[in-house]
Amino acid sequence: MMDDIAVKSTERHRAKLHPAAVRTMHWVNAIAIIIMIGSGWKIYNDEVLFGWLHFPEWISLGGDAQWALQWHFFAMWILMLNGLCYIGYGIFTGRFRRKLLPIWPSTVIADIRDALRFRLAHDDIRHYNAVQKLLYAGIILVITLQVISGWVIWKPMQLSELTQLFYDFQTARLVHFIGMAAIVGFLVIHVALALLVPKTIGAMITGGPPADETPPADPIHSPAE
Amino acid sequence: MFRPKNSIDRSALEENKKLIADFNRRNLLRGTFSLGALTMLTGCGATDNEAVRSFLQAFSSFNDRVQEAIFRPNHLAPTYREDQVVKPPRFNAYYDVEDVKPLDVKGWKLELSGLIDNKAPWSAEQIYKLPEQELIVRNICVEGWDYIGQWSGVNLRQFLERIGADVKAKYVAFRCADDYTECLDMATALHPQTILATKYAREPITDPFGFPLRLRTATKLGFKNAKWITALEVTNRFPGTYWSDRGFNWFAGI
Repeated sequence: MMDDIAVKSTERHRAKLHPAAVRTMHWVNAIAIIIMIGSGWKIYNDEVLFGWLHFPEWISLGGDAQWALQWHFFAMWILMLNGLCYIGYGIFTGRFRRKLLPIWPSTVIADIRDALRFRLAHDDIRHYNAVQKLLYAGIILVITLQVISGWVIWKPMQLSELTQLFYDFQTARLVHFIGMAAIVGFLVIHVALALLVPKTIGAMITGGPPADETPPADPIHSPAE
Repeated sequence: MFRPKNSIDRSALEENKKLIADFNRRNLLRGTFSLGALTMLTGCGATDNEAVRSFLQAFSSFNDRVQEAIFRPNHLAPTYREDQVVKPPRFNAYYDVEDVKPLDVKGWKLELSGLIDNKAPWSAEQIYKLPEQELIVRNICVEGWDYIGQWSGVNLRQFLERIGADVKAKYVAFRCADDYTECLDMATALHPQTILATKYAREPITDPFGFPLRLRTATKLGFKNAKWITALEVTNRFPGTYWSDRGFNWFAGI
């Protein structure tokens, strides 16, 4: 397998696993998401949804409510524009179809079982396992919903038709909070797994090995070693 | 397109630097340093930096323009049933409710200035005789809480037309007895659900909620709804407002 990669990398203009556009959008998104979460926690603290939950000041962004709001309403444009580019790119280049689909419940369950026994293959980072596919597709949907609920909280009257889909203003806030929690949960898993397999971080910086356009022969029973 | 003159004016920030530093409604942060997630990345107090604040203020005026562009002048905010109304309404100001200074209606007048044909001041008695419009709408605070309120008073557009205001001007500005200042864009001032409120739940509004005259609009955050109004000005010059001078977004539409 390694020889195979080495041979391919000598070919000229061979597309990398993560093209420059994907890497750029990934890190822009990472910065925007961190600003959104940090400032969002500060905004939340001014009127908490749960009495037992206040976010510590030292991990929130803004210092005072108005600056947290300004950070939030600045980074939201970066998140949205970058996200639109990313979704457009993923659809029109076929990257989403190639890398994230299909997702079958049976392969997800098999991969979770393997992961819990530390037998999940990750030597070939060019192919996502079913759990990765589920997480990556899921986080795209969660962030999309987060942007929509964010618009409803920002403009509940101008977008009153959309607000009704969330029942009302406070339920939109609740959905926005749950979306945040899902994104933070994803971040914890995503960063932890990336640290476990550090070459994935390198690949998101340098581009990684040449892309393999063919699907793996047997994604369910790929060898552990 | 509108661009607030002093939202990118560094001098306004400098003048209010002490106020910004002093301002803290809940006294949670006084003397503490802002250490956000980005702070940890950059290794400095990101939002304590004047350049960062100037940038965010300038970006806020971009958000003002976006909000003006997406404002739907004839789109009505949802209205509610009378039995959903919260009584009394929730108090909010830049100080606590104990510090409210009730106004003596005898000496009170609404002063008019700017691009208005008939600038004669109005007494409370005169204003309370004007035709009333009732709004049962959701009031949303920038902090995130909300309640359904029932407000009545003269429709602001009708009042502006009655006094011969130039409704092509950009702003309708308010000054208040507690030195609070607010300013609406003209589109919001002319919106069918913007009134000069004199009553809550069919009773004259009480002292903490702006007696004798306050603004109530269905399309702005709570803090835009000035209480204890003493002066109204129609102008093309952005006059600054209490909260936008302190870093909150000026348009603050919902």
